[in-house]
Amino acid sequence: MDFELTQTQRVIQETAAQFVKQELAPVAAELDRTKDREKLKGLLKQLAKLGFMGINVDRKYGGTGAGSVAFSLAMTELGRGCASTTVTTSVTNMVAEVIQVVGTDQLRDKYIPPLCSGEFAAGGFALTEAAAGSDPAAMRMSAVLDGDHWVLNGNKIFISSAEFAGVFVVWAVTDKEARKGKGISCFLVEPSFPGFRVGKEEKKLGQLASPTNEVIFDNCRVPKENLLGVLNDGFRIAAAELAGGRVGIGSMALGIGLAAMDFARDVVKERMSVAATGVNRQGIQGLIADNYTRLAGARLALLRAAFLKDQKQYYATEASMAKVYATEAANRACHDAMTILGDYGYTYGCPVERFYRDVRVTSIYEGTSEIQRLIIARELLR
Amino acid sequence: MDFELTEEQQLVRASVREFCEKYVEPIADAVDQEPRFPSENLKKLAEQDWLGIPYPEEYGGAGADYLTHIIAIEELSRACASTGFIVEVNTSLACFPLYKFGSEEQKKKYLAPLCKGEMLGAFALTEAGAGANIAPGITTAVSDGSEYVLNGTKAFVANAPIAGVFIVVAATDKAKGREGLSAFIVPAGTPGISTGEPLPKLGFRGALTSEVILKDCRIPKENLLGQEGEGSAIAGITLDGCRIGIAAQALGIAEAALVESVRYSKERVQFDKPICSFQAIQWMLANMATEVEVSRHLTYHAAWCYDQGLPYHKEAAMAKLMASETAVQQTDRAVQIHGGIGTVKGQKVERLYRDAKITEICEGTSEVMRTAIADSLMH
Repeated sequence: MDFELTQTQRVIQETAAQFVKQELAPVAAELDRTKDREKLKGLLKQLAKLGFMGINVDRKYGGTGAGSVAFSLAMTELGRGCASTTVTTSVTNMVAEVIQVVGTDQLRDKYIPPLCSGEFAAGGFALTEAAAGSDPAAMRMSAVLDGDHWVLNGNKIFISSAEFAGVFVVWAVTDKEARKGKGISCFLVEPSFPGFRVGKEEKKLGQLASPTNEVIFDNCRVPKENLLGVLNDGFRIAAAELAGGRVGIGSMALGIGLAAMDFARDVVKERMSVAATGVNRQGIQGLIADNYTRLAGARLALLRAAFLKDQKQYYATEASMAKVYATEAANRACHDAMTILGDYGYTYGCPVERFYRDVRVTSIYEGTSEIQRLIIARELLR
Repeated sequence: MDFELTEEQQLVRASVREFCEKYVEPIADAVDQEPRFPSENLKKLAEQDWLGIPYPEEYGGAGADYLTHIIAIEELSRACASTGFIVEVNTSLACFPLYKFGSEEQKKKYLAPLCKGEMLGAFALTEAGAGANIAPGITTAVSDGSEYVLNGTKAFVANAPIAGVFIVVAATDKAKGREGLSAFIVPAGTPGISTGEPLPKLGFRGALTSEVILKDCRIPKENLLGQEGEGSAIAGITLDGCRIGIAAQALGIAEAALVESVRYSKERVQFDKPICSFQAIQWMLANMATEVEVSRHLTYHAAWCYDQGLPYHKEAAMAKLMASETAVQQTDRAVQIHGGIGTVKGQKVERLYRDAKITEICEGTSEVMRTAIADSLMH
């Protein structure tokens, strides 16, 4: 048992913290208000240059090769600054990783370096459909082989970064007759492929600077070699890769929760030194103690899941536990930070107002809390 | 970053678990219900060197780290929280201040027999009027020639009825409040010290707790532990360590509740299927497992800080707050999953439900933990 970070992990954590302080935090409120795409893409490019787009990706593909623990630490630090930028970074890392894990050498060489270098503004992860959310195996999108191409038809929804992603991992049914989940395959799709179209943008509660769109595949022709992984093995790939993504989202949520509590605590510290007596501080002290305790536990759970992943051990259940716990602890932290701040916390201009909106989706996307609980229970009842 | 336990820690866990299956679990119900002190197992625990795990071998300890002790307490408490508590009090409340503040002579004379299990120790701090706040205590120690004379009554002293030695905190200078408290070593049998009847309790029933009465109890000056005026500091750091142990107890209790709930929900059939196939039950199980996991990380992390010589006041408080509240909530869920049978004597969850509660109270209540955590964070 050793909770000490390695030199590399510390450097990555500190670099992320520095980036937040100098670049991200100062513009986060503006990004949220204006949804300025160019500014967001500029930040993503800077992050790519610093090595944050392939933290757990081999150096030979332009990644940082620093492992999952470092990835978790980075997402937490970035999450403190701007959730929109962080979620884009997390998803891009996940896309690069899935290509590295299941892609052919050709696909790796072609798509990972531009994801890591920032040549691609981001990566896209297209799994969800209108009738296939928590139950992705119910998807209807189809892929039919036609000569040298797969022809994809269907619609994906809630796709982060669809507007500017350089490559998408897309899931489609390749064997309609197979048992549920056994006939799904995975493809790499470039936005320039004929028949690919980005649809309407969603209007959302939070993470406003990160665009979320529908993506339409209308006889979209994908070269045969862009099949990612083994034919009809796509559902397993999704399940396996989402576990890593969950560590990213949980870690980002932790960062949002910590930022909210830090902000509230600093205000309290300032005010309390002048005003309240020991006794009437206790209500607020309790909120602060409870939230930081939960967030401390969340951090350890996330790092443990990441550690197991780095050790090439089974970690899906631990990732689910870490995600459900961290995202719910972070939601609670944002809620309680607003409680502590009162009306001030509820107004535009106070970052806690943004954190409160930004944090909500973390317990929804990449598997809702409810799905995490089912995954955990399934493992317990094995 | 490495979440793997050392080979020694894994070995101790496996050995304690095996020991518990063989000796502790079979009598745990009787220990709780009669209730009775599990003396036969204390002897065996001593033979295994598990009563003073984190202290050097020269003082009779096992020379291992604190995390190893914490793992042993977790495992013991999974089987029988009373047994876990008896060991925890001996190791963390009685041995620790002797090890940390005792003179070489005091360590040889008292620490060694406590580690070896030749006798058990107790820590007498709380009074009727001095619980969460120890300052208003009225027990006094007055210097008289080569002796101190102790007078007062201590409350809720764990292990008191069977203790061979007591660490007693008493005021040497009443006017100074906390700063006027000092710690003393008082062997059982010293004229003037006596213990009350064991208190009938909700949980931890096999661990004996009573008053300690000091009436003109004279002890030699050399039985002062540390310096005069250090009593509050000694109590503070001793309780910090013990909080990690109580967190480990809570963790063990919650783990046992999870194990029982998984087992029962698979066996119990209603509406033609095992109740574990219902989402309402699955969610309870998932929450239990998740909170147990988080509690374990906080507890081990606090123990690791202790072993590394890092500050652990806040970490211990966080671990205890989280683990004890998890234990109380999750043993409640475990009873719920069991339904009516969960409230019947002889069902392990019925005992776990009662045993969990004191972990939110002893060695500092949850409210005291929150104050400690907030103070550290606002500093």
